[in-house]
Amino acid sequence: MENLDIISILGSTIRLSIPLIFTALAGLFTERAGVFDIGLEGKMLFSAFAAAVAAFMTGSPWIGLLAGIAVSVLISLIHGFASITNRGNQIVSGVAINFLASGLTAVLGQAWFSQGGRTPPLSPSARFTEIIFPYANELRDTGFVGRFYANVISGHNVLTYIAFLAVPASWWVLYRTRFGLRLRAVGENPGAVDTAGISVTWLRYRATICAGILCGCSGTYLAIAQSAGFVKDMSAGKGFIALAALIFAKWRPVPVMLACLLFGFLDAFANFMQGKNVPGIGEVPVQIFQALPYVLTCVLLAGFIGVARPPKAGGVPYVKER
Amino acid sequence: MSTASVPLPNWITYGLMPFLNLVVAFLISGVVVWFIGESPLEAVKLLLQGALGNGEGIGFTLYYATNFIFTGLSVAVAYHAGLFNIGSEGQAYVGGLGAALASLALDHYVPWYVTMPFAVIGAAIFGAAWALIPAWLQAKRGSHIVITTIMFNFIGAAMMVYLLVHVLIVPGKMAPETRVFLEGGQLPKLDWLIAMFGGKIGAAPFNVSFLIALFMCVVVWALIWRTKFGYEIRTLGASPTAAIYAGIPYVKTVILTMLISGGLAGMMALNPVLGASARLQVEFVGGAGFVGIAVSLMGRSHPIGIVLAAILFGVLYQGGDALSFDMPKITRDMIVVIQGLVVLFAGALEYMFRPAIVRVWQRFGKA
Repeated sequence: MENLDIISILGSTIRLSIPLIFTALAGLFTERAGVFDIGLEGKMLFSAFAAAVAAFMTGSPWIGLLAGIAVSVLISLIHGFASITNRGNQIVSGVAINFLASGLTAVLGQAWFSQGGRTPPLSPSARFTEIIFPYANELRDTGFVGRFYANVISGHNVLTYIAFLAVPASWWVLYRTRFGLRLRAVGENPGAVDTAGISVTWLRYRATICAGILCGCSGTYLAIAQSAGFVKDMSAGKGFIALAALIFAKWRPVPVMLACLLFGFLDAFANFMQGKNVPGIGEVPVQIFQALPYVLTCVLLAGFIGVARPPKAGGVPYVKER
Repeated sequence: MSTASVPLPNWITYGLMPFLNLVVAFLISGVVVWFIGESPLEAVKLLLQGALGNGEGIGFTLYYATNFIFTGLSVAVAYHAGLFNIGSEGQAYVGGLGAALASLALDHYVPWYVTMPFAVIGAAIFGAAWALIPAWLQAKRGSHIVITTIMFNFIGAAMMVYLLVHVLIVPGKMAPETRVFLEGGQLPKLDWLIAMFGGKIGAAPFNVSFLIALFMCVVVWALIWRTKFGYEIRTLGASPTAAIYAGIPYVKTVILTMLISGGLAGMMALNPVLGASARLQVEFVGGAGFVGIAVSLMGRSHPIGIVLAAILFGVLYQGGDALSFDMPKITRDMIVVIQGLVVLFAGALEYMFRPAIVRVWQRFGKA
């Protein structure tokens, strides 16, 4: 392959991984607290819509971000109300959220803007645009390191850098704070946490709120950083790929980032390979790359690459004994 | 005393509570319609007229209902064993391949009633095959069936697109679909059934699959409540540890249940592929697998409940189509909203009103 442009593939790997990283970290918080979160996809879509609408109305990307986070947290609280307070089935609740997101965003989008479920295109000032690091343009033509600096490290929007900061931050919260210790405990053995006099309900609610904040960032990224507005069903299964990445990383923060980068790379590579011929094979069908994250996750779940052990109390509503 | 342990009569548990949940879901849907600036009552009128107002509307309604009966049964069978099969969507998609292959192979040579059993078996086998690996992973490796079936939905979608774009496509054509089946590979319409009630079927693709779906309801009812295996399924669903202690083979029961569930999902493909479009198309399932979750929840996993819930969703689908013509502000996506609300209130929040009902019951009902 003559023009395998590694730099541009890596650049788009970063761009495609960011929503996955935010969303997978969101799932990390809820699932580690023992609440299954199939509704990540829906929360992403809701927040993308809210961010696009708010940014369009106010012209400020930061208000868009706030709106995205607020709506996503609200949806998280509905999920919490159903699955923590009412002890409903967490998977059913997640499925409902996904339906609602896909339907409501399209209905409201059409009713408010009459553009087939889209929101009007945003001007650059209402979006998160690329930040060019110092000397990036000067170094662009100075060999591999310069190009790497200019295209992979520099030239992303602020949410990208927040995503990479969110990874160590999540690690710190989960493994170095009292809240994190309790959160992990409540996902393994809520009875023990309750016995220690800590509210299982409140802890799980806080975990879903954390997830809401992170999903809000991811939806905002989709709508007003990566694109210039909301498009119907724009999350396009990314919430589920993030879920796969979360499992692939065995519910740990730093591996979550690596898994998301891997799946983002597969996506970027698939885009790059489209319409290109590999000597001896011909054109590689793009569907192989689309299916690969899921296949890899299933192979992992089958126990061929280590063992993925989910949090023990995952999916089980906690019933206090009387 | 906790309200959760107070026994309530069946008519409350199976009648009043689902009814209240539905009412709330529809009320909120009404609020959404009102919020958009249309009249909810007018919308309901148009919706019902579109779905049930004439023979063609009823034909479409029952056509959609047929899809949902199959996927609802699929979800229900797994649910009785305590398994959440969220992969009916993918199993139906792959099942379409089995049905289509049978039609493609036979439609030149034999009439439809010879092709039909092969298509039914083909769809069921392919659908079941798509459930096999998640079932095996659940039974042997303890991987959560929800996760694996979600993954298999996506893998199946990618595989089917590949097959349709690269293998099954008619050479020289742009559309990723198989050739149109001849009459020997199609399922005939049930125009006589509509005509019996004095209606005209028009363009509605209401076909023989409906009768197959009703037949499968009876089969599923007999299987779950009238056979030893059905008893094992229900025991496993009620308490896996008790089932294992009683000597019910866990691995075998899980895998067989999922195969049946996948097979039922696969058979859903008969309706759109052989009955309606007479060819295999990309994304022909169109979310029916997920509607099956709602249908099964609302129907309390009982075939009679599933038929009723499937017809309700059929009304929503067909009526929603008609509604979006008359009220352009309300798009077809409104159906998805209602669906989501039904799943939320009838499924995840199904016990929301229980404490209140228990209190009322204790005060007034017992005497």
